[in-house]
Amino acid sequence: MEIYLPIADIPVNIFLVLAMGLAVGFISGMFGIGGGFLMTPLLIFIGVQPAVAVASVTTHVAASSFSGAITYWRRNAIDVILALTLLAGGILGSSGGVALFTWLRTLDQLDLVIGLSYVILLGVVGALLVGESARAIIRSRRGKRIELRRPGSHTWIHGLPLKLRFKRSKIYASAIPVLAIGFIIGFIGAIMGIGGGFLLVPTLIYLLRVPTAMVIGTSMVLTFLTMIAATVLHAATNHLVDAVLALILMVGGVVGAQFGAHAGQRIRGEWLRMLLGLLVLAVGLRFASQLVLRPDDLYSIRFLGGAP
Amino acid sequence: MSRLPLAAFVIVVLFAGGRQATCAERLVVSLTNHRVMITSNYTGVELVLFGSVERDPAGVARATPYDIVATITGPRESLRARRKQRVLGIWVNTQSRTFVDPPSYLAVLASRPLDTIASAETQRRLQLGIADTPFPELVHNDIGAVSNDPFRAALVRLMRERDLYSEKPNAVTFLTPTLFRASLSLPAQVPIGSYAVDVKLFADGKLIAETDSAFEVVKVGFEQFVVNAGREHGLLYGVATATMALLTGWIASVAFRRD
Repeated sequence: MEIYLPIADIPVNIFLVLAMGLAVGFISGMFGIGGGFLMTPLLIFIGVQPAVAVASVTTHVAASSFSGAITYWRRNAIDVILALTLLAGGILGSSGGVALFTWLRTLDQLDLVIGLSYVILLGVVGALLVGESARAIIRSRRGKRIELRRPGSHTWIHGLPLKLRFKRSKIYASAIPVLAIGFIIGFIGAIMGIGGGFLLVPTLIYLLRVPTAMVIGTSMVLTFLTMIAATVLHAATNHLVDAVLALILMVGGVVGAQFGAHAGQRIRGEWLRMLLGLLVLAVGLRFASQLVLRPDDLYSIRFLGGAP
Repeated sequence: MSRLPLAAFVIVVLFAGGRQATCAERLVVSLTNHRVMITSNYTGVELVLFGSVERDPAGVARATPYDIVATITGPRESLRARRKQRVLGIWVNTQSRTFVDPPSYLAVLASRPLDTIASAETQRRLQLGIADTPFPELVHNDIGAVSNDPFRAALVRLMRERDLYSEKPNAVTFLTPTLFRASLSLPAQVPIGSYAVDVKLFADGKLIAETDSAFEVVKVGFEQFVVNAGREHGLLYGVATATMALLTGWIASVAFRRD
């Protein structure tokens, strides 16, 4: 069944978009990421203008991360103080990122910078995730206890409500690195048009040693807060949020996120990180191939009026 | 100095008058629909252009059959054509050309191949067909048409691939020697705005009559409401969309609550 999207100006198959929302929602619920880095390329692939895709995906990500955040909230798997501290840094970083974004666009090489940052960032994060989780899996296969070596990964027990007090005091002791992480996530996110959840999750795990179970819920709270703000900003400044597209995406997304969150709780932490790492690497490789392989058509056109 | 405009005016009047006198035919055209409405189930539409050639009863009948060339031009919008080149192993946009207000939709419908309707010189003079349609480019802050430009060729090719440019030499059919019809298909990704339809009547390789019509492509109902809300009340629209997102998320988490 085809439905015409009023802002994107194209008809799309409603079931295809629903399925995309479901699939990306499942992944986002499972890993505690927004899924923007998957959804935006998918939408561009089916013919939505990049600017509309980026703007509408923020709304979709807001919905699916909010539904995920509620689920984690019921499990007490959210550190609100940590999320708010990250948000404070993130708002500063986003403003800086938007300024750089505007400057790069005047140089007419924004596409290249975005492509390169995707490749470098996804490549590095994906490789780190896969490498670390592979080592963790090998260690656990040899019978060694990971819990002793890595205090961050032993709380993979469903609904464990504690660690908050301990963790909070740890965060209090070092508020500056948390703010810095928030700043960098916000900065990179604004340039690449992503929520930054896939960066935040490993950073919190490896740098701050926050338990994986807590990281996902906290990351979801941060993602949903920044994406709500981004939706309002995109709608108010660029008029590019397609509410119909966003609604179809989010209906699929929230349902998928629920199943994903349940599935994520059942998979062991290192395997979860391995899967996320492989996914991130795959998307990074796809971007790399676009840059390196000879394109089918050397020419491309871009309309200058209206949409930027 | 004031005589110059007057002289020009006289020439124009004489020319127009002279041209009118030679015109034995009149062209009448109409479209099945002057308002293409985009609703939620729009996936492209077909319009029918029909018309008839009205002969002057006093005029002499022509020995050769008539030919029709209809040019449909959509709203104009500037665009940039870019070319990728390999730099340090990576494909980068290195060159670009800015085209000033080319039509976002261009369809040329004819009763026969253009070359058999009119001479190359006539085609060029009347800007008949895509090949002879000028696409002005921005060159060093100046605007001029560049022929044999690979960027122009790329623009036409890419627009053809999107079904936005087309040239159909057999799209116009004569039902009787003076009555004709042509069907025009608008693609799913149709530009919104007003479209000009220019119909030219040829006989013996000469332009003998010309008329125009128009139609518009508009969004109506819910689609129009969404577009207006987004454009005119951006902040409110954003807050509404954000609220919708939160509601959807909340409903899903309640519906799927398992604990």
